[in-house]
Amino acid sequence: MVFETLLAIVLMALATYATRAGGLWLASRLDLSERAGAWLDQIPGAILVSLVAPTVLAGGLAEALAAVAVVIVALRTSSLPAAMVTGVGTVVVLRAMETSLL
Amino acid sequence: MVTAKAQAEDKATFTLSGALAGASRCVPIEISGFAIGLVFGTLAKQAGLGTFEAAAMSALVFSGAAQFVVLGLWTAPLPVAAIVLTTLVVGLRHLLMGAALGPVFSKLPRLKAYGSVFFMADENWALTMGEFAKGRRDAAFLLGGGLLMWFSWTVSTLLGGVFGSAIQNPSRWGLDFAFTAVFLALISGMWKGRSSILPWTVAAAVAVASHHWMPGQWYILLGGLAGSLAGVVRRGV
Repeated sequence: MVFETLLAIVLMALATYATRAGGLWLASRLDLSERAGAWLDQIPGAILVSLVAPTVLAGGLAEALAAVAVVIVALRTSSLPAAMVTGVGTVVVLRAMETSLL
Repeated sequence: MVTAKAQAEDKATFTLSGALAGASRCVPIEISGFAIGLVFGTLAKQAGLGTFEAAAMSALVFSGAAQFVVLGLWTAPLPVAAIVLTTLVVGLRHLLMGAALGPVFSKLPRLKAYGSVFFMADENWALTMGEFAKGRRDAAFLLGGGLLMWFSWTVSTLLGGVFGSAIQNPSRWGLDFAFTAVFLALISGMWKGRSSILPWTVAAAVAVASHHWMPGQWYILLGGLAGSLAGVVRRGV
């Protein structure tokens, strides 16, 4: 392995681990005041919404409709695999329809 | 209700059965994850990385987002500083994710907590937060899912480098949407009624706008920060 390649990979690993451990380290040093706790409680929902928002809201009609199908199945069944299969299946069919119509 | 919640948060377990539960919940997602690892292995080779180098990167860095982005920078001579800086920026969302683990993970022995977060990726973190939201407090759930994902990511990178990938374009098979679907299902379970409307609307608006106007992965961090802060401000200061 070339030295620069090894160096880049090792430094990438350190940078990524620093971000993974850094958040935990910071949270353990926040005095867990009620406000800090309330903020930490809000993070999962906000991050997950941010992860999906560009795909669902600005991706296209197929993605938006598939998202609606996923939410309905998730709320009815509470089954993660069922929601995933529904999403992938719906998006494949709708994307194929979009392509054949255009 | 506040005291009941505080009591529940005082306990954090770290058991084998928690790890196994975490791993088994990650299996359906890993079908997509494996396909994407094959694609990464294939593209890494095209970018000039050796198969062993690509697999070493997957094992040590373990971040699909960062690894795909740096392939675009992989030219000779290698711009090491730009590659590392880009990795750092793409990883910044981990700061928020790690902070959200804090209330449970800060009750674990350090080795378990800081060892587990090496294996924290978007998917197993999201599943773990879903578990915590249901009041379960087995912190090994994250590690179990993470170990499965780490193994699958490294092996699929290796196989992609050796054999190439039959799936060149995962979006054609809807595989890119598998992650979106899982995240959406988890979001559905986290809905807390009207109090979720403001933080989630702010998160979505900021994420869509940053995704549109800013390069790379900033939208996750910015949307997450804006949405979570909006949720706190709403509660009153």
